[in-house]
Amino acid sequence: MSTVDRSVPTAGVHSPLPVGVLLAAAFLIVLLVGMGFPRLVTPFDPLVSDVAATLQPPNAQHWLGTDRIGRDVLSRVVYGARYSLLIGLASMIVSLAIGLAVGLFAGLSNRFADEAASRVFDVLSAFPPTLLSLLIVTSLGQGIVNIAIAVGIAGIPKFGRVLRSQALVVRRADYVTHAVSFGLSRTRIFLRHVLPNVLVAVPVIATIDIGSAIIAVSGLSFLGLGPQPPTPEWGVMLAEGRDVLRVAWWPSVFPGLAITVTVLSFAVIGRFLQRKFEVRA
Amino acid sequence: MRSQSGIPPVSKRPLVEIRGLSIAFSNANGGVPLVRSVDLSVRSGECVALVGESGSGKSLTARSLIGLAGRGAQIDAQRFEIDGRNALRFNERDWRALRGSFAGLVMQDALVSLDPLRTVGAEIGEVLAHHRVLRSRALRQARVHEVMAGVGIPEPAMRAQQYAHELSGGLRQRALIASAIAAGPALVIADEPTTALDVTVQAQVLAVLAERLAQGVGVLLISHDLAVVSGIADRVLVMHDGEVVDSGSTRDVLRHPSHAYTRQLLAAQPSLQSRGQRLSSARMVSATPDDAPTIVRDPLPPRVASSGRVVLEGEGIGKTYRRRGGKRDERFIALDDMSFSVREGEVLGIIGESGSGKSTCGNIVLGLLAPDRGAVKFLGSEWNGAGVKETARRRLRSRMQFIPQDPLSSFNPRHAVRELLAEGLHPQRLSKADAVAQSVNLLEQVGLSAAYLDRQPISLSGGQRQRVAIARALASEPALIVCDEPVSALDVYVQAQVLDLLVSLQARHATALLFISHDLDVVGHLCERVLVFKFGRVVEEGDVETVFERPRHAYTCSLKASAPSLRHQLDERCDDNIAVASEPML
Repeated sequence: MSTVDRSVPTAGVHSPLPVGVLLAAAFLIVLLVGMGFPRLVTPFDPLVSDVAATLQPPNAQHWLGTDRIGRDVLSRVVYGARYSLLIGLASMIVSLAIGLAVGLFAGLSNRFADEAASRVFDVLSAFPPTLLSLLIVTSLGQGIVNIAIAVGIAGIPKFGRVLRSQALVVRRADYVTHAVSFGLSRTRIFLRHVLPNVLVAVPVIATIDIGSAIIAVSGLSFLGLGPQPPTPEWGVMLAEGRDVLRVAWWPSVFPGLAITVTVLSFAVIGRFLQRKFEVRA
Repeated sequence: MRSQSGIPPVSKRPLVEIRGLSIAFSNANGGVPLVRSVDLSVRSGECVALVGESGSGKSLTARSLIGLAGRGAQIDAQRFEIDGRNALRFNERDWRALRGSFAGLVMQDALVSLDPLRTVGAEIGEVLAHHRVLRSRALRQARVHEVMAGVGIPEPAMRAQQYAHELSGGLRQRALIASAIAAGPALVIADEPTTALDVTVQAQVLAVLAERLAQGVGVLLISHDLAVVSGIADRVLVMHDGEVVDSGSTRDVLRHPSHAYTRQLLAAQPSLQSRGQRLSSARMVSATPDDAPTIVRDPLPPRVASSGRVVLEGEGIGKTYRRRGGKRDERFIALDDMSFSVREGEVLGIIGESGSGKSTCGNIVLGLLAPDRGAVKFLGSEWNGAGVKETARRRLRSRMQFIPQDPLSSFNPRHAVRELLAEGLHPQRLSKADAVAQSVNLLEQVGLSAAYLDRQPISLSGGQRQRVAIARALASEPALIVCDEPVSALDVYVQAQVLDLLVSLQARHATALLFISHDLDVVGHLCERVLVFKFGRVVEEGDVETVFERPRHAYTCSLKASAPSLRHQLDERCDDNIAVASEPML
């Protein structure tokens, strides 16, 4: 072909969403409703124990059974979504904010800054992320905010590297050169042309990253470094359920399942966005 | 180009014999065949050219001959014989046995068609090893060197050790041809083999193909450019919308095009003779059916007389690049002491091959690249040179605009046409409503309408994109527009429309144009004065007629001689000496 014609019809190409994506989205919506209005899903208080009904297997009253001191597992899982999701989200935002700032700095300024920032990313990713978070959270002290910061810092290189390479591509793009030839100021070129085109990569990595952040947060809570009992956090529940695993599987399996399905859902949606994005780009 | 004398009387064995070919894809074009009722035959020692614009089905037709029409292609034909066998019943194994040994494929872009991780020699030798032509490694290597020498690659033993990216464009394309012919195929299918090349290199590549022909190989040449194929092809098939609309011997098709599309294609070709005429209005008229048709075109609006005021002035510009990674500090002189000026309302052409410094010159004029020596003045102010900062240029930026070769990459991918035009209008600080009104006005000037405001550039065709780029460039009422190969990626007829548009808008607004191109015909059609670049120097300068009709410098002569020209071909092929036409054309 002599000329490259990349014209594609814009309207009318809406293929139906894959079933997996629909299921994942449905699950996340249910989770969000549970976060906002837990009373809609379960009548029990997650902190009130009922000594008369300890370690009951799943039944008509307690759908997911009760734990060692008679708290309703379903209501703890539902209330726990708040902690797990919000801490995951917060740590993702920490990674994104710092990763974006450092990545843009590396990609848009001189070579020295780029080298320096890239070596920082190398050092950060030289440690396994869980180990790095563990180190940070032990030096900061345990707690909800600190765990979000610790997991967030471990996620910086993931965002930083992608956004740096995106910035490198965009700064050399013809349309940025063209904007220079229009006589636009550096600020305007950055805000109108560079930043929006660097940010197109964010939704995809952010969605995939929330999932891994949730796993990391639950892992640290399981080790006792995050929210403390009796907080209904999924990692904490796993830790508590572990003690009675020989006699009752439900106090630990259901929070575990909640983590798995949540992370899977984010991953499925993230991959879907990625594919869609790649076709466009 | 082809020596007619030295052809040995080879038996004209039919290599490909096709009747009523149609190719359909169930998932494309609503299942309607993309190629319909094509008759095609290629004999040994014969060159058949398939000519048509992008999307006409020419590549698809050619690829179906080696079973590469693509996944899910439904091929139907009354007769589909390749090498005397019915290929409709071929399975993948049969095709594989055929590829490389019976038919070799040469593609357009040698850089992506050659494996970047393997040396050129290994690539060429692979087909020999695969088809068990030569079993011994030493013999294979000797044969590779022989083939490389045969396609005009100097020092084949050394070149065979190199990778594709280490070769120049011309050598790379020759290496690709070498890999296609290494196993001695009876048929060579060349899909736009010269499209990305300079005219002189193109002439060399065509000569290599002509030599194959003389040795009795059949060549199927695919091109969008009638002029390129006219020098080498024995027969031409013109394709349009999946059908062959015109076919016959090259001379007949050029002289008596029977189909309206062929006539339009021929007439839309720009040249020195078409100056001041509307290319897209061209039609061929013959007084009687037997006469050779003449081209009739409408005139373009006359140009505004230039005030003679100098808009842009370059003085002693020099630019040297350092090549990194070399053994020593290698230097590459892109521009060497270049001076020129552009006057108000003037169209100045810059012509030269790739690597001659045209684009470097364009970037320095645009103030996107600082020269090492010399200075550029724009509208009387210091524009580019030592110590001139971008902030100093910003005030005058709106008076100089740029039309690139590939407009799509110069559009912010997140912006619709509305935002693209708003960017161009930005310096005028219009209110929102005024900006929209002005955008619509601009779109109408370039032959589009308000309906295009919310279109994404990716959904536009190549010609429409270039129109939007022109509208954007005009938005700030510039004194000078730098055009870097603005029409070289377009099909002939679209190119004609865009050129007409550029000329008429330039005449209306009295904007000066700096028109960078490798295409002599386009420059001859459009420009008033021309600079000929070679190795960063201006080797010839003057008004277009003088430079093209009576070139003084040897390089200009060789450029002119290499450029495929229909008129040239017609003159040469009209040995019976019938006047081409009463009107000077083609």
